[in-house]
Amino acid sequence: MNYERIKEKLNILADAAKYDVSCASSGSDRANKNNGLGNAARMGICHSFTEDGRCVSLLKILLTNHCIYDCAYCVTRRSNDVKRAAFKIQEVVDLTINFYRRNYIEGLFLSSGIFKSPDHTMERLVAVAKKLRDEENFNGYIHLKSIPGASDELMYAAGLYADRLSVNIEVPTTSGLKLLAPDKKQEDFTKPMLKVKNEIVRYRNERKIIRSTPKYAPAGQSTQMIVGATGETDKDIMYSATYYYKIYNMKRVYYSGYVPMVEDSRLPSIRSQVPMLRENRLYQTDWLLRFYGFAVNELLNDTHPNLDADVDPKLSWALRNLHHFPMDVNKVDKRMLARVPGFGMQSVGKILQARKFRRLNWDHLKKIGVALNRAKYFIVCDSCNWEHRDLEAEKIKGLILQNSTSKFRRQYSNQLSLFN
Amino acid sequence: MNLSKTLIYDGSFNGFLTAVFIAFDERINVADIQKNDKGQNVLFSETETIFTNVEKAKRVWNGIRNKNYNAITNIYFAFLSEEDGVELLLYTYIQKLMATHKGRSVDYSDGVTLRISQLSRSVGREKHRMEAFVRFQLTKDNIYFANIEPDFDVLPLISKHFRNRYADQQWLIYDVKRRYGIYYDLQGVEIVSLDLNEIHFNRNRKSKVFAEGEYDYQELWNNYFKSTHIKSRINRKLHRQHVPKRYWKYLSEKKEAV
Ligand code: SF4
Repeated sequence: MNYERIKEKLNILADAAKYDVSCASSGSDRANKNNGLGNAARMGICHSFTEDGRCVSLLKILLTNHCIYDCAYCVTRRSNDVKRAAFKIQEVVDLTINFYRRNYIEGLFLSSGIFKSPDHTMERLVAVAKKLRDEENFNGYIHLKSIPGASDELMYAAGLYADRLSVNIEVPTTSGLKLLAPDKKQEDFTKPMLKVKNEIVRYRNERKIIRSTPKYAPAGQSTQMIVGATGETDKDIMYSATYYYKIYNMKRVYYSGYVPMVEDSRLPSIRSQVPMLRENRLYQTDWLLRFYGFAVNELLNDTHPNLDADVDPKLSWALRNLHHFPMDVNKVDKRMLARVPGFGMQSVGKILQARKFRRLNWDHLKKIGVALNRAKYFIVCDSCNWEHRDLEAEKIKGLILQNSTSKFRRQYSNQLSLFN
Repeated sequence: MNLSKTLIYDGSFNGFLTAVFIAFDERINVADIQKNDKGQNVLFSETETIFTNVEKAKRVWNGIRNKNYNAITNIYFAFLSEEDGVELLLYTYIQKLMATHKGRSVDYSDGVTLRISQLSRSVGREKHRMEAFVRFQLTKDNIYFANIEPDFDVLPLISKHFRNRYADQQWLIYDVKRRYGIYYDLQGVEIVSLDLNEIHFNRNRKSKVFAEGEYDYQELWNNYFKSTHIKSRINRKLHRQHVPKRYWKYLSEKKEAV
């Protein structure tokens, strides 16, 4: 190994890859085969954490940061003056294996700038994965980034070796895409997504009949959108996300607050803040859609196109829909319980369990561990001292904020002090 | 009435279960159950030394498992916490468990039960952390070697994970605090007790026992780790919450920080 050379490449190509926020190594349970190397744990394992607090579980690198395209938001873009490097296929394989053997990582996340052509690039990504599986008998996690515009055949091959495939939409609106990524067309993303989706479905059906059918991209596909680069609303983002969940069976959509790196008149200034709070709110919304049974137009619509900064989306919804409240904890169904601010799905489950035995009062709820400081304004239970009957939305919000010490509140007040 | 007795066992889990068996079997009024290497405080009760008997241990194990499957994990995990007095706590818990009706779970509002489940959860958390934070270094004799220094005795709990994952390489994970390790020789995992006179922290000082290229990979990983964080998003508090400082000295990505 030419250590100095590899080190330089790794520095450049890891640095360029770090803005891709997807890092999960979960959702695949690849067993160790024939006493080979590695397996993939269903829940994934974070082997370390970055200084900004995110999980490090995969060796996340670009194969190269040479790129023929010029997307405005990207460090790797053609017109950006940065050092360029490219890994050889074998170099990526060696790094992955050696990091894996030392228990540094769960596997590889391989992405790339586009050199020569989408197909030419995709072919190399697939070659890395194939080598890892076939020659190294590697059963760890592999996530390949599909290159927009890559052919169906390559997408097919990619899914046979990778656990997860993703292609980043990056810009949530078509108009934004035209502006910031003039070389890319929407269908460059959607075509490979559709291919992957169809193959996953086909393989799953075949496995039902022939058990030995290999798995195709067992951890599914994901995508990422940049937030705050093009002036889109939260509604634009979440409607677009919902569309991708529905049409392409996405496992995850990631939202990545735009980190300004280049001065460009089409983009926010280089001094602007990363919209972390907004990103956080989007993840909360995503969560409500996937696990809490909310429909996207309940949370975001023409009269409410952006999420609130000061309260989380569920509380915000409740405050705008006070006519549903107070709910009787001992009566309403699961779907409604899930809508009470302060009730997580775990609490909901416990409440449903517990109320089979007895009617619940404040004490029971407290024991169960629900966040009563929020919930108390929205529920009645088997106690009569319910003092907040005719409060207005603004008043409730004020009371909750006053008593809340959540990290969001701190962030929010930080942000405020910046503007004062 | 029975005089109360303190049972002395060898410190192993089977030894503890044997003690439980004997206490039940002979209807002993248990004052305490203690490891034989602990400074004993048994002024007010008689002692009895327990000889570990796998058959008896197994009967207790099966008895508990038949009552409540989750309880057996809780008991084993809590035992590995090595907390002072955990044996008596466990003994009380097992008594309670045996007195409940089959299938009925135990009451979590009960102090003893609560404490056991807390201990078990802490041990479980550290088990996961160790699966994440073990850092192997390749030795010249081709063994992937790692030091750990966990708060709890989690080696027995992580053995299966590493056995499943690293089936094609020899590895040894050594608990610096408890001076024993688990070693996988490509066939199976065994417990080895050894006294290492040199502990290999991830300091910058290099040791000759490691293979050529080992430090290169550590440097690469260390470098990689540095390039993962995004400056404008730094959050050290969150970082330390995830990677507690006491683990840093064995993490190759944390070399400078120690
Ligand atoms: S194609 Fe990808 S790597 Fe190239 S500039 Fe656009 S986003 Fe960056």
